[in-house]
Amino acid sequence: MRKNKMLTVFAVFVFGFLILPLIIITITAFGKGSAITFPIESFSVKWFVKVFTIKSFRISFLTSLEIAMLATVIALLVGIPAAYALARSGLKGKGLIKSVFLSPTIVPGIVIGFVLYQFLVLSLRVPVFIGLLAGHFMVTLPYVIRVVGSSLEQFDFSTEEAAWSLGCGKIRAFFKVVLPNITSGISAAFMLAFINSFNNIPVSMFLSGPGVSTFPANLMNYIEYNYDPTVSAVSVLLMAVTVLMMVIVDKTLGIAALAK
Amino acid sequence: MAYMTLKDIDVRYDKKKQVLKGLDLEVKEGELVSLLGPSGCGKTTTLRVVAGFIEPESGVFSLDGEDLTKVPVHKRNFGIVFQSYALFPHLSVYDNVAFGLKMRKLDKGQIEQKVKNILEICGLSEFEKRFPQQMSGGQRQRVALARALVIEPKLLLLDEPLSNLDAKLRINMRMEIKRIQKKLGITTLFVTHDQEECFSISDKVAVMNQGVIEQFDTPENIYQRPKTEFVARFIGFENFLSLKKEGNVYKTEAGAVFTVETVKDGDFVAGTIRPEDIRIAGEKEDHNVLSGTVGVRTFLGKSYQYEVLTAEGKFLVSRPAEEVYEEGSTIRLYLPESKLILVNK
Ligand SMILES: Nc1ncnc2c1ncn2[C@@H]1O[C@H](COP(=O)(O)OP(=O)(O)O)[C@@H](O)[C@H]1O
Ligand SMILES: [Mg+2]
Repeated sequence: MRKNKMLTVFAVFVFGFLILPLIIITITAFGKGSAITFPIESFSVKWFVKVFTIKSFRISFLTSLEIAMLATVIALLVGIPAAYALARSGLKGKGLIKSVFLSPTIVPGIVIGFVLYQFLVLSLRVPVFIGLLAGHFMVTLPYVIRVVGSSLEQFDFSTEEAAWSLGCGKIRAFFKVVLPNITSGISAAFMLAFINSFNNIPVSMFLSGPGVSTFPANLMNYIEYNYDPTVSAVSVLLMAVTVLMMVIVDKTLGIAALAK
Repeated sequence: MAYMTLKDIDVRYDKKKQVLKGLDLEVKEGELVSLLGPSGCGKTTTLRVVAGFIEPESGVFSLDGEDLTKVPVHKRNFGIVFQSYALFPHLSVYDNVAFGLKMRKLDKGQIEQKVKNILEICGLSEFEKRFPQQMSGGQRQRVALARALVIEPKLLLLDEPLSNLDAKLRINMRMEIKRIQKKLGITTLFVTHDQEECFSISDKVAVMNQGVIEQFDTPENIYQRPKTEFVARFIGFENFLSLKKEGNVYKTEAGAVFTVETVKDGDFVAGTIRPEDIRIAGEKEDHNVLSGTVGVRTFLGKSYQYEVLTAEGKFLVSRPAEEVYEEGSTIRLYLPESKLILVNK
């Protein structure tokens, strides 16, 4: 019993530690004064209104959305077959290949950003948007391979063989039997990849260029010159969007899909 | 005429260990043939070669006179029942069974009629709308069978289909499989490591050992006349003695003489006999006799089973409960020539 109580106290403490800053930020977003203060003196929603009037926010938000969406979709298109091939093959070097694929989660983002900057921007002179996309693809791919891969580990490959034996070609069987049974893994991979791309700063910092910049990079820029509750308001909006996405996933697939 | 033929099949995984070594097998149309053998002897591998999941390193697989060795799985039209059933979790029972027919682009009416018919035969009519997760092991087994049969396959392949069921259900299901197989007249390969299951269901049995078929025969012949020591041991013989041919008789190393009904090829063979076929030698018997000391005695109801230690090793002897021999006493065992089976070592 005693042990349980300790555990509860501990859990509450950890939870509070995680959630308290979020609550404080949310409160500061509703302050009236032009500096971020806590507690707030009077209530206002003007900073939320202001977020939408700043043009660079609007543009970079759309850029981020576009890049996150495209990078995630490409990562899914590449990552799902790669994860499948890894799960299916009896290769000796499977473990090694897996860790190579997952290396971007181990290598700091700032290194990836710098390397891509050197390689894509300085040497190859690719357009800024393409450079950003490539960087974000590299950031998101490991999530896809890992999450879809673990979903495939639960999959009984003899069901695929059963489909073949029933007259279904290999490619068709992949779509008819494998994909429908790893949808929860794919949605989870989509969410993780999307959120990670959308929130990414280090890679975007290096690869942003004239006229093209992602939302978090833009936000960082803004903070350097204006330290007002707009930043809090933006954070609250981002949290709201993330929560909304979570709710949608939960309603359609169950939140357990993300934990897999 | 053989309907299905495997000829000189070699299979190796990872280029190293050879798993099938020149395997030959011929199956007649409509027969149910079992592959029986200990775990790891290559039964599943053989079945996978037939199914087309593995292309053999060399050898030919043909069906109805047609070489299918290089034909891919999805063009073979064989029904396969997997050990794990491998039902499609995202499809209902109806859609699981209809899957193969949809691949064949039959029209809806035909599909419905065929699916309903096979569900009826397999006793599944009321489960059409269920999903695999909502069914018991035995029911899933039937769905797997129905799904394999509905495509009217040229061959039915089953890999230890009953091993995940409890004992009572196994017996029911094996009867069921046999009934359906005979009703549809479908040529069937059945993999198992359970000899009772295998004997009760099969027209013929192929006993496998380390990648080769040791004996291919009817269940009765396998049981009564095993050809090799491996087959004899696998189906439960425990008494063995080494024999060397000398003219028309055989001798043990110690020089005891044994006569047999039919002499076998080869100078060195093993003799084997079931515990209940061993008698106690009388005064006049001077050959087919082994002397030994009575060891552990076990009461089995109708009979006693004795461990008898002889110069040829330990023999199990079963005697009626009225006859009692004390531990430590010396007895002479008589192995009648009509019951003594010679097997290759
Ligand atoms: N995919 C594989 N890769 C390597 N070795 C395998 C593979 N499948 C089976 N084997 C080996 O081949 C031998 C025969 O296996 P299998 O045909 O599954 O035997 P059985 O079905 O009679 O138990 C075993 O020694 C097994 O370890
Ligand atoms: Mg097996």
